[in-house]
Amino acid sequence: MVVVSSENVPLVSEGDVVTVRRRVREVASQLGFSLVDQTKVVTAASELARNTLIHGKGGEMRLNQLNGPRLGLRLTFEDKGPGIPDISLALRDGFTTGSGLGLGLGGAKRLVNEFEIVSRVGEGTKITVTRWK
Amino acid sequence: MEKIPILRMGEFLLVTIQVDMHDRLALALQDDLTNRISQTGARGVLIDISSLEIVDSFIGRMLGNIAAMSRVLDARTVVVGMQPAVAITLVELGMSLAGVRTALNVDAGMELLRSSEDSFEDNRAW
Repeated sequence: MVVVSSENVPLVSEGDVVTVRRRVREVASQLGFSLVDQTKVVTAASELARNTLIHGKGGEMRLNQLNGPRLGLRLTFEDKGPGIPDISLALRDGFTTGSGLGLGLGGAKRLVNEFEIVSRVGEGTKITVTRWK
Repeated sequence: MEKIPILRMGEFLLVTIQVDMHDRLALALQDDLTNRISQTGARGVLIDISSLEIVDSFIGRMLGNIAAMSRVLDARTVVVGMQPAVAITLVELGMSLAGVRTALNVDAGMELLRSSEDSFEDNRAW
């Protein structure tokens, strides 16, 4: 697997969530993703970016374009927030500590091909998702 | 702060969402619409989302809230124009927009709003 390009988008204010959506859309479109696949990965990015901002108290998204054996888009959301004590609980639909519907994490997982989460209480959370073309 | 315009057409309110909404803008629309329904005594709200490229759980929740609040204020809400890719993604995300009446386009949505309240309730009971 080859990382073709890498860029970072900061996530410190609400407007940054919109920037994440726009940038992910642009890159997914350049990679030739179908409209449905673009929509799925942008929606997943929107959910995860909001999580990083609200639950993680801010952080950043790294966007990698992948090539070999397939074209793909890998997004890494990282924060130094409070961390997630029970990941399996957090992934369950309907679970929320905020004011949302609790679909963010589990929903985002369903919209991508690969999903990895590493979280340490008191240290932060890193979520990596990949959508292959 | 930017705002999403709410147009009044007879006894209905019309909203066309044409910007990529950040969360605060979505919340502001929810408040504005609720106030306008109460001020104008509007009987229906039509929300055109054909320009929206994604509906995530936050925007989905906003649409559900608007439908619920307008119902409490005796107005009906119809969401129209959802792009097919958005519909596919929304369902996979886990949102079915229960309680939100939808129509394919503005014409069909207006038709639905104009139809009698009884049949509207029937339509909703799926």
